[in-house]
Amino acid sequence: MRRIYLDHAATTPTHPEVVKAMLPYFTDAFGNPSSIYSCGQEARGAIEGARAKVAELIGARSEEIVFTSGGTEADNLALKGIAYASEHKGNHIITTSIEHHAVLEVCKFLDERGLRITCLPVDKYGLVDPDDVKRAITNKTILISVMHANNEVGTMEPLEEIGDIAREAGVNFHSDAVQTVGHIPVNVDRLGVNLLSISGHKLYGPKGVGALYIRKGTKLTSLMQGGEQERRHRAGTENVPAIVGLGKAVELAGQEIGKEAERLASLRDKLVRGLAEKIDHIHLNGHPTRRLPNNINVSVDFVEGESMVLNLDLEAVCASTGSACSSASLEPSYVLLALGLSPERAHGSLRFSLGRENSEADVERVLKVLPGIIARLRAMSPLLKTQNRSATNA
Amino acid sequence: MPDVWSQYSEKVMNHFKNPRNVGEIDNPDGVGHVGNPVCGDIMELYIKVRDDVIVDAKFKTFGCGAAIATSSMLTEIVKGKTIREALRISNKTVVEALDGLPAVKMHCSLLAEDALKSAIEDYLKKPKEKRKSQSR
Repeated sequence: MRRIYLDHAATTPTHPEVVKAMLPYFTDAFGNPSSIYSCGQEARGAIEGARAKVAELIGARSEEIVFTSGGTEADNLALKGIAYASEHKGNHIITTSIEHHAVLEVCKFLDERGLRITCLPVDKYGLVDPDDVKRAITNKTILISVMHANNEVGTMEPLEEIGDIAREAGVNFHSDAVQTVGHIPVNVDRLGVNLLSISGHKLYGPKGVGALYIRKGTKLTSLMQGGEQERRHRAGTENVPAIVGLGKAVELAGQEIGKEAERLASLRDKLVRGLAEKIDHIHLNGHPTRRLPNNINVSVDFVEGESMVLNLDLEAVCASTGSACSSASLEPSYVLLALGLSPERAHGSLRFSLGRENSEADVERVLKVLPGIIARLRAMSPLLKTQNRSATNA
Repeated sequence: MPDVWSQYSEKVMNHFKNPRNVGEIDNPDGVGHVGNPVCGDIMELYIKVRDDVIVDAKFKTFGCGAAIATSSMLTEIVKGKTIREALRISNKTVVEALDGLPAVKMHCSLLAEDALKSAIEDYLKKPKEKRKSQSR
């Protein structure tokens, strides 16, 4: 059975051309980019080439891009870097309740060390209200961090409006954009951010590499000491093959960005429509229109998410869930709860995230196997019976 | 190489794919209803008892792979056991019969143990005469 991978929000397969571009930098051009002889300088040149490509994709300047080990490090560097550099200016950070853990856990860490964190709520679609951001700003606010699009429900946040508010107040504005860069057009000036996190493996690049955009003039403290690399923002010998891979991935993404987003959005809509037609008691989570072109997140009543994911896996379909049972925490997805979903709905959630290698046939396959899986699980669900009983009583 | 790479043992996957004794029993002698939707696991266990022996057991479960597999395995284990023997069945018994569970899933097996205890309690609290008349 051919595997149908529908979890591109988790990670993407590395593009073969990316792998090809990386290979020489493990062997022939293995030199240290800080060395002055030619095989070192060849590596240096490759890094700078990748930097220019990343900068071009998001409308930035090369010197505003710092390579990191991934999206998580980029988020850590943005938040801690600003907090440490702004100790004399203020101690207040504004963020949202549906950020990735790479932001929320850093906020918690900083909160435990004396910073003040305002965690803004979202509406039932997952949208942050820019007015809430405005109201939360104080003269101690040093940073606003709002993700570009949510990784679970795909909701696109109103960054442009928040960007205007941040600029007016003179507050740093960071966005975790790992779900959008390379997938939809992203321009740092239009969004009004001065910090933006990027991840390589979310855009068909390798794992273990990412980047942080740092607008010129933004002061932040490095988390790593021990070298002059990355304009002293990130000490340590550069991961040359991975950086080259990120550059190639970004270049490929840039070539097809609008067309691919359109293609995926049409597959997404087909899947959403098909699920609603074939399965009763199913609900779309997130915003009906302001959402990532590749994200489908639904809650299926009376069944639990992990049992759906396992059954799909037996049909060679890879998807994910926000059910507690899929995590060690025993709590269902905090994102779905923040949208106001009941725990039952959150436990019964299922996320499909489409990507480059998916076709109409893949969507049809899901629509063919999922109704049967759900019928089987519902037949053994004590919740369905309770529902019928109360329906009869009513 | 297995067909499916899983955090679960082959036995768990076997019971998950083909759960035994799914459903309800008409006029059961004992029913156990445990768990809640907040924690994401709900199990209902129905037992039929004759002369102090559990002659039939069925379940309905809302939960993950581990919850479904432990429910299924539990019904297999309890059939043919006396009430006294059944009361000695712990979550460990079920987990061992399934060749183990991942550490984060151990709580799912407690659900099965609780469901069994609750079903037996339900049976025992019925008047003895009624239990006798039922067993004829």
